[in-house]
Amino acid sequence: MADLKTTFLGISSPNPFWLASAPPTDKAYNVNRAFEAGWGGAVWKTLGEDPHIVNVSGPRYSALHSNERRVIGFNNIELITDRPLQTNLDEMRQIKKDWPDHALVASVMLPMNEQTWARYLPMIEETGIDGFELNFGCPHGMSERGMGAAVGQVPEYIQMATEWAKKAASVPVIVKLTPNVTSILPPAKAALDGGADAVSLINTINSIMRVDYDSLTMYPTTDGMGTHGGYCGEAVKPIALNMVAEIARTKDTQSIPISGIGGITDWRDAVDFLALGASNVQVCTAAMVYGFKIIDDLVDGLNDFLDDKQLTLDQLIGKAVPSVTDWQYLNLNYVEKAVIDQDLCIQCGRCYVVCEDTSHQAITNTVNGERHFEVIDAECVGCNLCVSVCPVDGCISMQQLTEGTDPRTGEPVSRDKANWTTHPNNPMRKTD
Amino acid sequence: MSNAEHKPDIRSYRLTEDEIARNFGDLHPPLTRSDALIEADRCYFCYDAPCTTACPTGIDIPGFIQKIRSDNLRGSARTILRENIMGGMCARVCPTEVLCEEACVRNGPEEKPVEIGLLQRYATDPIFDAQTPLFSRTPATGKKVAVVGGGPAGLSCAHRLAALGHDVVVFNRDNKPGGLNEYGIAAYKTVDDFAQREVQYILSIGGIELRDGETLGRDFTLNQLRESHDAVFIGIGLGSTNKLGLDDESLPGIEDAIDYIAELRQADDPGMLPVGRRVIVIGGGMTAIDIAVQSKRLGAEFVNLVYRRGPEQMGASLYEQNLAQTNGVTIHHWARPVELIGEDHITEVRFERTGFDDGGRLVSLAEYFTLAADIVFKAIGQILDLSVLGDEITGLEFRHDRIVVNEAGRTTLRAVWAGGDCVSGGDDLTVTAVQQGKLAAIDIDKHLRKE
Repeated sequence: MADLKTTFLGISSPNPFWLASAPPTDKAYNVNRAFEAGWGGAVWKTLGEDPHIVNVSGPRYSALHSNERRVIGFNNIELITDRPLQTNLDEMRQIKKDWPDHALVASVMLPMNEQTWARYLPMIEETGIDGFELNFGCPHGMSERGMGAAVGQVPEYIQMATEWAKKAASVPVIVKLTPNVTSILPPAKAALDGGADAVSLINTINSIMRVDYDSLTMYPTTDGMGTHGGYCGEAVKPIALNMVAEIARTKDTQSIPISGIGGITDWRDAVDFLALGASNVQVCTAAMVYGFKIIDDLVDGLNDFLDDKQLTLDQLIGKAVPSVTDWQYLNLNYVEKAVIDQDLCIQCGRCYVVCEDTSHQAITNTVNGERHFEVIDAECVGCNLCVSVCPVDGCISMQQLTEGTDPRTGEPVSRDKANWTTHPNNPMRKTD
Repeated sequence: MSNAEHKPDIRSYRLTEDEIARNFGDLHPPLTRSDALIEADRCYFCYDAPCTTACPTGIDIPGFIQKIRSDNLRGSARTILRENIMGGMCARVCPTEVLCEEACVRNGPEEKPVEIGLLQRYATDPIFDAQTPLFSRTPATGKKVAVVGGGPAGLSCAHRLAALGHDVVVFNRDNKPGGLNEYGIAAYKTVDDFAQREVQYILSIGGIELRDGETLGRDFTLNQLRESHDAVFIGIGLGSTNKLGLDDESLPGIEDAIDYIAELRQADDPGMLPVGRRVIVIGGGMTAIDIAVQSKRLGAEFVNLVYRRGPEQMGASLYEQNLAQTNGVTIHHWARPVELIGEDHITEVRFERTGFDDGGRLVSLAEYFTLAADIVFKAIGQILDLSVLGDEITGLEFRHDRIVVNEAGRTTLRAVWAGGDCVSGGDDLTVTAVQQGKLAAIDIDKHLRKE
């Protein structure tokens, strides 16, 4: 079995799976259950100033369901911890004592003045925690009070608060970023410049789930009124992966370690984050949907995967980053065509109708009067739409044209690479 | 073993009230909303969907399933009912395993088609429960059409004609409308008086006058209808049954299956129907299966279904054959009755074994066996009662003793259309009758607007 024992910023944990700062890490009771179930670490539910905030006593969560009521996306309007600081500190101290080999990180959210940071951080650190995570991500409620995403959306504030935290803390400091920005790079760079030891991302995305079709109000509401929440769960993973990869592949930010967050539900999701540059991962929604037991699949799925690939965890981290580039560097001489395996085809015709209606009219529906779906190479641009909609796994595949002429363009297939930067149609092309 | 002392063992209430209630409850309980959403998600939304092609009425099946997924049940029902106004009954009685569900592409890899019949019922049940109007009539044309027969073909034709603005009179032989939907289908396939609720819904469009108890050839003639109406549609079904052609066929205890099924359907309490301890059913179609299963469900101890050819040749689908067998019916293939034995009541039937000769003809194998019986049900098919057609019979063309029509349902008589079981070339299914009634109505409309 591969060794999943992880050291992230010098913080060790039995595996790279931490519970993210959220309701699952609200109390010692939950965190105990999580560690018993096998989770490697926990980022405690965000601590704030006393007096503690209050939550609404109406619906805090809502879900985007599939027809079989699988939760695909999830929305919340819960705030940071609504318990007294001392209660949290006492429980954190006990947890760290009971689980010395597990990672315990304190998430904090404080107003934008240095004295507050200088006052609270040492008090929290004194419990024995392994690190801090600065919550610059929550997009609802706290951001109205000038914290959370209100900080995370202004790189200068990120840098400033990070510097205060670094000054006040002796344990590593992770900066948690909000995705509610046009580019994730300036916030990541600001964290780095402020001295952060790592960034974690993504926090949740501004969201309204839907309307109530009877009352025609937004859904859900508290006494008839609602507010936007933060969106998370499986549906946000691709957004998170892009942001992780951007940080990992950009020269200015690539040196900062990343804790990956966003829709991780099974071990493959974890592989996505790790391969695109995260050094560990954090999970919340999947635990809130299925309970802590999902850790079994995360751990042994990743273990078996690493064994099969004969990779160590460290070797997996960042493995896919070199494959991410800008569009302009994609090889325009590379040609693929879709191929339909007629033995697997169940004749549903989905590929035909989507290609016909919305793409390049590159699939037949009848051949010699018989229902038959086949790719017309002279029309196929290799777009992968048919592969995406085919309900049969492996029935349609993309195959590279390595020689001869592309019947669509009439151009010979070239083994030389050529991209937009030198393309004759590009008015800004580079010339020798 | 003819025996004057033999007393047939035929009696009511062989089972308890609870057992009867269970046996005659819904054969396939309706889907719950969550079941339906999961099942609807299994539909691949095929292009030019094979299930739609396989449906005799051409319902846009992926279209109505898509609407189930979005809780758009009224829209879903509209998609179904605009092609097949009896989509509620067809959802219950169609042999989907040889129609839409057989064509489902999911049969390939996983051998488990989408449950189209159950989804169709899920979409349409609320409409019939609440009698929600989904269709309205186009402006009145002032034309009057006579529809003879209140079964699926006649009612389908009448509904479409009414929707197209014509006034329709339906002459219905029976005391209640619905034809075989009301009288001929096994009770557990259509519970809670569904057939009547469906008829009520069909009539609610307006413009249809229903006259129950008025029989062609007795109360009026085809000739009279042609004179008093702008067009006539004949959907009279098959009025009589085939005979075995054996001596002593009138012995007490030998009955037509369809009569018994009709009685069962009309009974408030099925348990009160007398049923034999030992039942023989002769025939291989849906009616044979229905009477065999219902006999068993009434408490018959031995039910032997005897069919002269093999399982592939049976009119009943493999699914129906399995249904009979899981209900405890013993099916004997390759045998036909040669002698009905009994003095004042049937006691035994003697059968000869049969087979195909080299030319594919059914021949006797000259081997014999007998089965004991308290009741023998004949389910060997029905035939058109030609006598009701009166003098007009000379103007009609017949094939295999059924009325010949063209693709649009026109007979060889001017302004006379026909559809359903009484026409040649059908397959004796409700869904086919509905389609033929619908197509005839469309053609009648075309004809009337040209006049």
